[in-house]
Amino acid sequence: MAPDLRTKLGQVELPNPILTASGCAGAGRELAQFIDVSKIGAVVTKSVMLAPRAGRPTPRMVETPSGMLNAIGLQGPGIDAFLQRDLPWLLSRGARAVVSIAGSTVEEFAELAARLSDAPGVTAIEVNISCPNVEHRGQVFACDVTDSGSVVAAVRARTRRDIPVFAKLSPDVTDIVSIARSCVTAGADGLSMINTLLGMAIDTETMRPVLAGLTGGLSGPAIRPIAVRCIWQVREALPGVPIIGMGGVLTGRDALELILAGASMVSVGTATFHDPSATVRILRELEEELARRGIDRLSDVVGLAHEMRPAGRAAGSVV
Amino acid sequence: MTSDGPEPDAGPLQVRGTILTVRRIDAYHVMTVVAPGIAARFRPGQFVAVAVGGQDTSMLLRRCFSIHDVRPDHGGTVEFVFSVVGRGTQWLAERRPREALDLTGPLGRPFPVPRDPVSCLLVGGGYGSSPLFALADRLRERGCTVDFLLGAASGDKVFGALTARRTGRSATITTVDGSLGVRGIVTDVLGQVIHDARTDVIYACGPMPMLRQVTALARRYDIPVQVAVEESMACGIGVCMTCVLPVVGSDGITRMVRSCVDGPVFRGERVRWDDIGTIPLDAFGAPGWEQRRLRQPRPGGEHTAGRPGHGA
Ligand SMILES: Cc1cc2nc3c(=O)[nH]c(=O)nc-3n(C[C@H](O)[C@H](O)[C@H](O)COP(=O)(O)OP(=O)(O)OC[C@H]3O[C@@H](n4cnc5c(N)ncnc54)[C@H](O)[C@@H]3O)c2cc1C
Ligand SMILES: Cc1cc2nc3c(=O)[nH]c(=O)nc-3n(C[C@H](O)[C@H](O)[C@H](O)COP(=O)(O)O)c2cc1C
Ligand code: FES
Repeated sequence: MAPDLRTKLGQVELPNPILTASGCAGAGRELAQFIDVSKIGAVVTKSVMLAPRAGRPTPRMVETPSGMLNAIGLQGPGIDAFLQRDLPWLLSRGARAVVSIAGSTVEEFAELAARLSDAPGVTAIEVNISCPNVEHRGQVFACDVTDSGSVVAAVRARTRRDIPVFAKLSPDVTDIVSIARSCVTAGADGLSMINTLLGMAIDTETMRPVLAGLTGGLSGPAIRPIAVRCIWQVREALPGVPIIGMGGVLTGRDALELILAGASMVSVGTATFHDPSATVRILRELEEELARRGIDRLSDVVGLAHEMRPAGRAAGSVV
Repeated sequence: MTSDGPEPDAGPLQVRGTILTVRRIDAYHVMTVVAPGIAARFRPGQFVAVAVGGQDTSMLLRRCFSIHDVRPDHGGTVEFVFSVVGRGTQWLAERRPREALDLTGPLGRPFPVPRDPVSCLLVGGGYGSSPLFALADRLRERGCTVDFLLGAASGDKVFGALTARRTGRSATITTVDGSLGVRGIVTDVLGQVIHDARTDVIYACGPMPMLRQVTALARRYDIPVQVAVEESMACGIGVCMTCVLPVVGSDGITRMVRSCVDGPVFRGERVRWDDIGTIPLDAFGAPGWEQRRLRQPRPGGEHTAGRPGHGA
């Protein structure tokens, strides 16, 4: 019998735990040429802002060992175009839409949440707090305990009760658990982790930085161990909080690793660039991985590694 | 291609193809892959994105190559031409017949072809000439005449010089070192070729500086020009936004458009060549762009309307 892959995104039930990662699937339309977007757990859309945005200059990308750096700068059409064009399209295809939002002030996040609450069909909101806060000298929200909490509180307050709010955390912090706790205290229904890590590449021929914006976010299998560690630490500290795990998932085995660490959903990002049908392949592989181990229900393995520490080692800090 | 194939907008496919041959032609490698669906959907100017490095590769991003040719043999083959520049193309050059290759394609917008039988000049730089021969076939089917102007650093890097000479009404070759044809670069002789061939439309593919100069000259002669650009791409299918460049739309608004799906073919005069690598201040979504657009006309806003039948 095929394992039961159903999972909970807050109060909402998803048929399976495999999602796209924000910024790696647009709003689903292009991917629909390769996959049936209604077959995966949900489509997490590119972070949308209030106004249209042109993003950063090029070059915006460089390949690195088992990964890539990107500096897109949240290019997008803004919330009006998203609500007019992208969201209705996703719904017409029977896809579940998790809408990622980004802002440069707390109020911008709140306004986006309100706009999405008025629109029918939003399955959940993912709050991309890895943005510079213009009211705090450009300090990234996700790197500050208070700012993270303020954004989440403002979003939760303006979001319809039946729409879960997930806060997306950055791994570029000293103590991810304190940020996670602050978001949950502020009302987050769950956490997404991890966003990219800040990195940089220099072309040794031209002797110049490769990216026009100098630094970029590192993603892909290169960061998977960091994702596993972050998910582990947060699950350990906040065992009841649902987690969307992401970071370098290329296969069903990789997805299972994040699930064992504590994720009950898994987003697939960079892998999609390698294989446009990665999400549905990973879903199939995950099902096989579970079946091969005789596991009937996905929920039985979420966070299971916490109960299966290496033999002969005391429980406690993993650092 | 026959006209009873799939709809032109049937969209790209992801195909596990089989390598038929890998050949050396001068400075280039030419790879032919059995990939029926891609061959059937192909139109000149489109490209494929190839996964490199095999299973468990550390090279996650696909490499993009213009499609040189498609043939009906073996159910449909796709051919592309490449030079070895880094690890990905090195890996490709080491492939052998019968090995599998994962391709997505055909990607991007093809070259638009004119409605009328006009005089077309096809300008290629280095491997940039690779997509021009399939285009030439299509143009000739339409009753157009085709002249070629191909250039490269040296004779071994001019791809397809023989074919151009055999099939073109005229073929002009330039090399920087003078080892083949005229010494110099294509834009040194472009004006003369346009004059001799009474060119109505230019199609160009090659390095960005060449495309920029070809566009500038085409504007001077008031000839519409279609260029196929090459921007670094992470996904090739329109989801990542890495491959953007500033292009003026038919509404006069500059947008950072994706060269993988909105291109790679653009009307040359619509591309803001001087602003590539920047976000122009008046670009859609640039900080303060709306106020700027209201206050002043677009800088360099004299873009030509072009001729009917060449809209991009
Ligand atoms: C639409 C399009 C069509 C192309 N057609 C051809 C063709 O017909 N023949 C050919 O030889 N080359 C073509 N190129 C360039 C080709 O994609 C690169 O030379 C190739 O990706 C280099 O890979 P590498 O691993 O050998 O080099 P590396 O330098 O190791 O590549 C590292 C990364 O940079 C990217 N990259 C490097 N050079 C380029 C480049 N010039 N353009 C875009 N991305 C680059 C790679 O894709 C990869 O992600 C085309 C590029 C594009 C975008
Ligand atoms: C090109 C690109 C664009 C991204 N854009 C966003 C974004 O808009 N919002 C966001 O929250 N995360 C964004 N991310 C981060 C991913 O959603 C994900 O957290 C990260 O890439 C790690 O997962 P992966 O290794 O599977 O890609 C982006 C990542 C990439 C590679
Ligand atoms: S390469 Fe990803 S959008 Fe063009």
